[in-house]
Amino acid sequence: MTTTDQTSSVLTLRVNGSAHRLRLDHRTTLLDALREHLGLTGTKKGCDQGQCGACTVLMDGRRVNSCLLLAVMAQGAEITTIEGLGGPDELHPLQAAFVERDALQCGYCTPGQICSAAALLGEAAAGWPSAASPSLDGPVTLDPAEIRERMSGNLCRCGAYVNIVAAILDVAQEAVSREAGR
Amino acid sequence: MKPFGYVAAQDPAAAIALVAGRSGAAFLGGGTNLVDLMKLGVTAPDLLVDVTGLLPGEIERTAAGGLRIGAGVRNSDLAADPRVRAGYPVLAQAVLAGASGQLRNMATVGGNLLQRTRCLYFQDVTKPCNKRVPGSGCPARAGEHRNLAILGGSPQCAATHPSDMAVALAALDAVVHVEGSAGARAVPLGELYRLPGGEPDRETTLQRGDLITAVELPAPAAPSAYRKVRDRASYAFGVASVAAALDVAGGAVREVRLALGAVAPVPWRARVAEQVLTGRPATAEWFGRAADAELAAAAPLPDNAFKVTLVRNIVVRMLGELAGTAP
Repeated sequence: MTTTDQTSSVLTLRVNGSAHRLRLDHRTTLLDALREHLGLTGTKKGCDQGQCGACTVLMDGRRVNSCLLLAVMAQGAEITTIEGLGGPDELHPLQAAFVERDALQCGYCTPGQICSAAALLGEAAAGWPSAASPSLDGPVTLDPAEIRERMSGNLCRCGAYVNIVAAILDVAQEAVSREAGR
Repeated sequence: MKPFGYVAAQDPAAAIALVAGRSGAAFLGGGTNLVDLMKLGVTAPDLLVDVTGLLPGEIERTAAGGLRIGAGVRNSDLAADPRVRAGYPVLAQAVLAGASGQLRNMATVGGNLLQRTRCLYFQDVTKPCNKRVPGSGCPARAGEHRNLAILGGSPQCAATHPSDMAVALAALDAVVHVEGSAGARAVPLGELYRLPGGEPDRETTLQRGDLITAVELPAPAAPSAYRKVRDRASYAFGVASVAAALDVAGGAVREVRLALGAVAPVPWRARVAEQVLTGRPATAEWFGRAADAELAAAAPLPDNAFKVTLVRNIVVRMLGELAGTAP
């Protein structure tokens, strides 16, 4: 059997700061590797087709749909899941804001929403424009329209969008006032 | 999904030889479309050759004052690049109009060009589809075709090309750099895609093993913009879109470049409209005449005839905005 005929590989996944050595069938998505092989069930499987965003994780700090990423493609990358962002004892500011704003009903989409929002804040700080930006070259001001556009890859079937936008806006504005206070 | 081999390719020649020599092999970029199609059973490669590690991931200035965009550049990095935003707003806007923040972080420029149609019948393996199974038939003509082509289709296939980015690249006269078993070559974007005719399964002029390595843009010229109309405000494929670049001098059109998206099997360069408009007054009347001339060739199906009016309206509005004469 040559290399090209092997249908599984031994690979190392770096997740939330720890390295895990696994033998995985190549068909295994990063999402299934996280949930079924590493027991990290915070990341959720919704549509499994890249349409709902429930599986959103950070790969080298960038948000991606883990359902469309084969685990073998994630070798060498630093993966951060909701468990790595924060937990009950030390909530990430977005987790705290979601609780404060009651930005969920069933909670199934929440880990993906929060991972996506965490990356969104970085993208906006880096000056990345969006389809909702008034211009392509201005500084980005996160207002509700910007947040809705930038979060459009995360669906919430309960329809908690109003409070999700409010929670993200809270954290974005805290960051702005922190910056201004320096 | 069927089991498959996986190779993280390090060297273009070896990757090309692997795919050229094996009918079941496929290049893997960001995977956002390919992995989905594998899950759906639409395609079942027995070997994935991951080229993300070898494709250029940089955007460089060319000697001619344009840009050379590596095929491995992710969509989000392309749209955020200051040179793209300043010189080619139509391209930044087109990329930002597509998919979601997550998908744009994953999708590559090369893969975006080669993504497959989202026609419902193509994606449903329980249905006939001439593109997926040549000769099996096309249920779309009598079925769900609201979002299919009004230009360039054939009795065998009316599926649309789904890319926004490619529509902007068509208007920008982009050139696609390809490496294959026979060496490297440059293919104008307009010559990359094929109309379906009687062979809707053959979508491009590429040969097995051909690898897109870069996309080159000429130096920035006229002001440009992209407008996409869709059923939702965000994260939806287009119903119709227009990429336009317009250069007006003394109230007359010196140069215009127009491409239409989501209305044809290929990113549709509207050369008839361009010809009608060049040298004419930059007025809504002439913008409308140009659109009408292009759309005279439209052959809509019963449920997508509205796209003819829609495209006309977008063209007139956008050209008016670029000319600074929009109400």
